[in-house]
Amino acid sequence: MAVSRRQFLKLAAGAGLCAGAGLSPQVARARPPVPRLPEAVGILYDATLCIGCKACMSACKEFNGLPPEHTDPRAIWDDPLDLSAKTVNIVKLYTHGTGLAKDREQDGYSYIRRFCMHCVDPACTSACPVGALHKDPRTGVVKYNPDVCIGCRYCQIACPYNIPKFQWDSPFPRIVKCQMCDHLQARGSYPACCRFCPTGASLFGEVRELLKEARRRLALKEGEPTWFPLRRVDSGSHTFRSAPAYLPHIYGEKDGGGAQVLMLANVPFTKLGLPVLGEDSIASHSETVYHALYKGMLLPYLVLSGLVYLVYRHTSKKDLP
Amino acid sequence: MAAEYVPLRTKVVTKPFLVLAALALTGLFLIGYRYLAGLGAVTNLNDGYPWGLWIAYDVLVGTALGCGGYAMAILVYVFNRWEYHPLVRSAVLTSVLGYTLAAVAIFIDIGRYWNGYKLFLPWQVNLSSVLVEVALCIGAYVVVLWIEFLPTLLEKHREHPQAAVWLRRLNHALPVIAAVGILLPTMHQSSLGTLMVIAGGKLSPLWQTYLLPLFFLLSALAMGFAVTAVESIASSYFFGRPYETPMLAKLARVTAGVVAAYLVLRLADLLYRGAPVLSSGFLTGMFFLENLLYLVPLIFLVSPAAARDLRVIFLAGVALLLAGALYRFNVFLVGFSPGPGWRYFPAVPEIFITLGLISLELMAYLYFVKRYPVLPAEHG
Repeated sequence: MAVSRRQFLKLAAGAGLCAGAGLSPQVARARPPVPRLPEAVGILYDATLCIGCKACMSACKEFNGLPPEHTDPRAIWDDPLDLSAKTVNIVKLYTHGTGLAKDREQDGYSYIRRFCMHCVDPACTSACPVGALHKDPRTGVVKYNPDVCIGCRYCQIACPYNIPKFQWDSPFPRIVKCQMCDHLQARGSYPACCRFCPTGASLFGEVRELLKEARRRLALKEGEPTWFPLRRVDSGSHTFRSAPAYLPHIYGEKDGGGAQVLMLANVPFTKLGLPVLGEDSIASHSETVYHALYKGMLLPYLVLSGLVYLVYRHTSKKDLP
Repeated sequence: MAAEYVPLRTKVVTKPFLVLAALALTGLFLIGYRYLAGLGAVTNLNDGYPWGLWIAYDVLVGTALGCGGYAMAILVYVFNRWEYHPLVRSAVLTSVLGYTLAAVAIFIDIGRYWNGYKLFLPWQVNLSSVLVEVALCIGAYVVVLWIEFLPTLLEKHREHPQAAVWLRRLNHALPVIAAVGILLPTMHQSSLGTLMVIAGGKLSPLWQTYLLPLFFLLSALAMGFAVTAVESIASSYFFGRPYETPMLAKLARVTAGVVAAYLVLRLADLLYRGAPVLSSGFLTGMFFLENLLYLVPLIFLVSPAAARDLRVIFLAGVALLLAGALYRFNVFLVGFSPGPGWRYFPAVPEIFITLGLISLELMAYLYFVKRYPVLPAEHG
């Protein structure tokens, strides 16, 4: 008995070392970052151009078949307080002090649009057990397939932006989120929010073009006369106006491992309700821990064979009841 | 020597049993309503807190309470400590019931349950998803536990010729069954912790760490040992049977070792990450409550009193069960914050569904210990 226990301790120590090596991010190489897809499409939202008209909200509901929402029963207009299973795009407002100056943190205000960021390396698609949330291999749009969704809502736990919403009042509920008007893109069109934005605050295009455009804007001097594309980055139609002030940060360029929705503003993004995320995606952290333990099922098989050996040794000596 | 295990052979339908039956029926009625009206009708779950009482209690705490069979199997089959064998059967029974009901609870909780089978289609599952590992392992373990429980069922019908054949076959397969029965909980109890790594900054740094899988595994083991001790003492008390004092005193020392390892690692991890232990307001309070519930029983378990006084072991065991339960609630609900404006506290029907499931579990336990050879035979 003493001998077998010593053998077990050896084995346990070995297994423990493997487990420890797997758990330690320094020893196990982290799951590498996911690169942007070359043909990824996205939306550039520029809060300084946004006038809060909510045309994007009504267009979004119309083209996605979503119902109006009455959070105040007396209201006679669509008045969602936040994203929900009925509202996948919303314009919110930041104010401070007198709230008079547009795009100023002090005594000013700023609009902010919130909808799915279509992450480069999404937490929701990493979390989804059945691939109901999945990234389009070409456009990178994060899409939902209700035919396989089991309704576990792990995507809601995982998403750092709290984007996926659930139909709590339905006996046959779905997850609801912005799919970048994938059904319109499929027939050569583009997202309704960008098509109906009167100022070019929401701009559709290939992400690499959008990134170029965002960098051009950040390089402008405040007050300098310039142009802003309308609807699509390659539409050819523009508005002309003087350049606003910008904070030098393209939210979504690197935040959370990067997103296909990029944002510009002159009020810090934390004040606009966006989370502070590192440059690694949260999915890469989770998958590093997970894959370290389960890569090729090596560790489980090793432990299993050790266990079978020990149990066999210990039971064969014993007269079992 | 007489049989190692015996049925109690007392009346099954007693007053407490009827109270439990009433609770179970209430729960079943509400479950029916949930399928007609949706999750929002019976729960306070929302888009900020998509997981609530059913996941935190029924699945997380329920399966950890079901780790008695796992913890005892490690002691007996891996460490070759056969002196604990008399406790194995009742531990396997609580495990089989706890896990079966956790699996049922999952199907009440998931919104699109008719697609649930897709979790078991190899071409459909996403191998990056921690939830796949958890679901498949729990599913497989429920089956393994019922196989481990089969000898108990078969022994009752020993006179039947087929029963004897199957008992022999099961004994042949025992090394493999027992090994798989140890591997599976090791995998999914740790993965239940890994589940929350992807919550990232939404989980307070008091709990968010790469070591979540290790902490969930160690705390599940501690709960497994504690539940075995508590259940043994409680069943001796309620059924007027002799106490397993020397065995429980030894088990207390094993439990203390696991708890000590857990606390040392937990503290080291917090220091290494520089977690804001003191400056997190309400969460600081919950953090200290959780860890005091580990520390105080640990002190009592290593004290000499634990060797003599079963009350000390019983109270320490209960404290450890509360500690493990609170740790799970803290990671999945209390320490989880999706952002300003979101709040969650379980709704009354939600609580009654959980109470109904617990009642079903207790009713099944009472039935099995009274009709099947589960509890250790009186020796002396």
